[in-house]
Amino acid sequence: MQQLEALTREARSLASGAPVLTAPEAEVARQMQICNACRYCEGFCAVFPAMTRRLEFGKADIHFLANLCHNCGACLHACQYAPPHEFAVNVPQSMAQVRGQTYAEFAWPPALGVLYQRNGLTLSLALAAGLALFLLMALAINGTLTGGNLDGNFYKLFPHNLLVGLFAPVFGFALLALALGVRKFWREVSPATTGAPLSGPAAAEAVDDVLRLKYLGGGHGEGCNNEDDAWTLWRRRFHHATFYGFLLCFAATSVATLYHYVLGWSAPYSMTSLPKLLGVSGGISLLAGTAGLFWLNLRRHPLHGDAAQKPMDRGFIALLFLTSLTGLALMLGRQTSALAALLAVHLGAVMALFATLPYGKFAHGVFRTAALLRHTVEKRQPTNLQLGDE
Amino acid sequence: MDTDVLVIGGGNAALCAALMAAEAGARVTLLEAAPRDWRGGNSAHTRNLRCMHEAPQDVLVEAYPEEEFWQDLLKVTGGLTDEHLARLVIRASGTCRPWMRRHGVHFQPPLSGALHVARTNAFFMGGGKALVNAYYRSARRLGVQIRYESPVERIELREGRFVAAWVKGQCVTAASCVLAAGGFESNRGWLREAWGQNERGEWPADNFLIRGTRFNQGTLLRHLLDDHGADRIGDPTQAHMVAIDARAPLYDGGICTRIDCVSLGVVVNRDGERFYDEGEDFWPKRYAIWGRLVAQQPGQVAWSVIDAKAVGRFMPPVFPGEQADSLQELAGKLGLDPVAFMHSLNAYNAACRVGTFDHTALDDCRTEGLAPAKTHWARPIDTAPFYGYALKPGVTFTYLGLKTDETAAVRFGGQPSRNLFVAGEMMAGNVLGKGYTAGVGMSIGTAFGRIAGTQAAQAALRQGVADAAA
Repeated sequence: MQQLEALTREARSLASGAPVLTAPEAEVARQMQICNACRYCEGFCAVFPAMTRRLEFGKADIHFLANLCHNCGACLHACQYAPPHEFAVNVPQSMAQVRGQTYAEFAWPPALGVLYQRNGLTLSLALAAGLALFLLMALAINGTLTGGNLDGNFYKLFPHNLLVGLFAPVFGFALLALALGVRKFWREVSPATTGAPLSGPAAAEAVDDVLRLKYLGGGHGEGCNNEDDAWTLWRRRFHHATFYGFLLCFAATSVATLYHYVLGWSAPYSMTSLPKLLGVSGGISLLAGTAGLFWLNLRRHPLHGDAAQKPMDRGFIALLFLTSLTGLALMLGRQTSALAALLAVHLGAVMALFATLPYGKFAHGVFRTAALLRHTVEKRQPTNLQLGDE
Repeated sequence: MDTDVLVIGGGNAALCAALMAAEAGARVTLLEAAPRDWRGGNSAHTRNLRCMHEAPQDVLVEAYPEEEFWQDLLKVTGGLTDEHLARLVIRASGTCRPWMRRHGVHFQPPLSGALHVARTNAFFMGGGKALVNAYYRSARRLGVQIRYESPVERIELREGRFVAAWVKGQCVTAASCVLAAGGFESNRGWLREAWGQNERGEWPADNFLIRGTRFNQGTLLRHLLDDHGADRIGDPTQAHMVAIDARAPLYDGGICTRIDCVSLGVVVNRDGERFYDEGEDFWPKRYAIWGRLVAQQPGQVAWSVIDAKAVGRFMPPVFPGEQADSLQELAGKLGLDPVAFMHSLNAYNAACRVGTFDHTALDDCRTEGLAPAKTHWARPIDTAPFYGYALKPGVTFTYLGLKTDETAAVRFGGQPSRNLFVAGEMMAGNVLGKGYTAGVGMSIGTAFGRIAGTQAAQAALRQGVADAAA
């Protein structure tokens, strides 16, 4: 019966020239038809107000809404049609499934989109390769992983230019791949979101929504759901710790780069220097944030999100945790004989993180920001619907 | 004594009673018939509360004074109401929201497509299930014992005093009790019996759908009325009834199965004939009469027919309508006799006197020389594609209940019980003899739930003092 429905759907969309929906996309369309006739959840987030501007849900609308959804869980617990109801509405879950597909579909180069599907394996292989690369290089250069005369200066092991030569291309590629992926997404969803160009106020609102993680607030500011129908602010707090910790670490590296190239000050820097202060606080924040997110993820309600994406979520959290942990360990153990090993492990983790940025959980931030930008543009445009009801 | 206050039921009124009793210091046990996933009864399908207010209040704009609320209620019930109890509900609706907020309920601005009730109704953020969830969390924090899958079969009374309740063969004793177990709308046998057989030999209730929970079987209501001779109120055929999509599930279709395009087109019955003025008044003021209107038609079914001009002007229905490029084709798709159908549609189209169409006002588009007339928003149905939606009566809740007073006491032979109280659908008929106005069910449930909880706690504490003295 379902197969028949899928075939009918396909025939109909082929006849109308509209793109064929995948099964998860058709499921979102089905659920949105129910939600649009109910609308109780309008106050929770951006998805439902965006939904009410539509009567039908095409592929681009579905991609847009799926990436707008923050998987906060509020609408699932409030839903009169959630399982075991026969309508089986679970918006966070169906949106997550489409979201996973969009990451793969919009990946650049397209062939690498498959890396999303087995993301746990992707991350493991990247990490193993990163570790092997730097451990072997350290051995080759230093002759040993547990000693040598490095004197706390890791440029003696890996010269600055060697590190730049290894990391810059990988990081540059990651940025390029993410940019091209999100550009493709933007081009698809823009016509479906009025096509109006991005304005200053719309951009400012979307940036504010991102930086404050507005939509993990539940609409009332008391937070979103994790293990049950009670609200919690801890998902937002741990995400903030992770996100801002990541930014602080990034800032530490950027400042150090400026020191190196502009001011000619070489590492290692003192504990009270700006790169160190930024890096240490960022590292600790990242450690706390990822540990918290992991703990919450383990306790997450089984109906939230797409179970198939758990390895991707947890793999990314674990890799961020490992990166900050090894970074902090390196700082503490710099004067010991473990320097070479610690450095190699840290650089291996960072390399794995950079290499997989465009093909893992990191992409959610990029695509969601794009969706929020389109949402803040769209909501400023007039709607042509004039609904009245009971 | 197993508990001080026993609350029977698990929806809004029951939870309000349990929370008030617990706040008053009583030990409270709440028995919900449904399993946890289906808890909350019809409250899980609600979305707002009708509230009086003298000035703008957070999500409520302008003012909705007591007198206006009362007049609205008087109008929809056609006078079948108790002014004293109605005004008590109305006044309570003006002051209950801070208490609701303290127990975790959030309010939100009116939903898109519901701006016309921005003045009168406060919407729950996330709807009634979010409210029910918040109340259960709060009840748990206050130490209320909650037992799911605990339908009460009967209660034991001694001279009008509550003694114990029987749940799956187990006896639960309490110093006082609140009955808030809903109406009998889910009991299709009882509906059949109440509506009886019509002049066509049909049993109309066999074709009704139930918009809400399947757990409101009315077991306790019948037990109280028949076995204990409790004082009754209301007519068993009166209910909050709307016309909903005929494809809705038998139970729990909730709000999304409504069809909101009636006033934009015409409605015909199985014989292809129109039977009522679709444009009599704004849809929000008329939706609650159409369930009964359809129930009176042959086969208890009707079809709302619109054309392309109506698309985008009403809340999108949950199921797509039948679509056709001509009215003849639509008649075929709807399974209606094309000759009778076209006769009605042609007569209607010819009778339309189109002025300035304005769906937000009682406009001047009407029919002339047509019976029944369509008095507003009458425009010819002439622009393809055409759409048709089959309608059936959807019962929200029944009004037959237990007679009560301002203390929420159950009454026997005109005498109030000292420790048995009632709230919610089981007594809504005291205020709603017939008809409905959006959100008033939750106003009644909240007001009487809170009164019943307070009274039950006082009765239990009095009993405690008496026991200590003895």
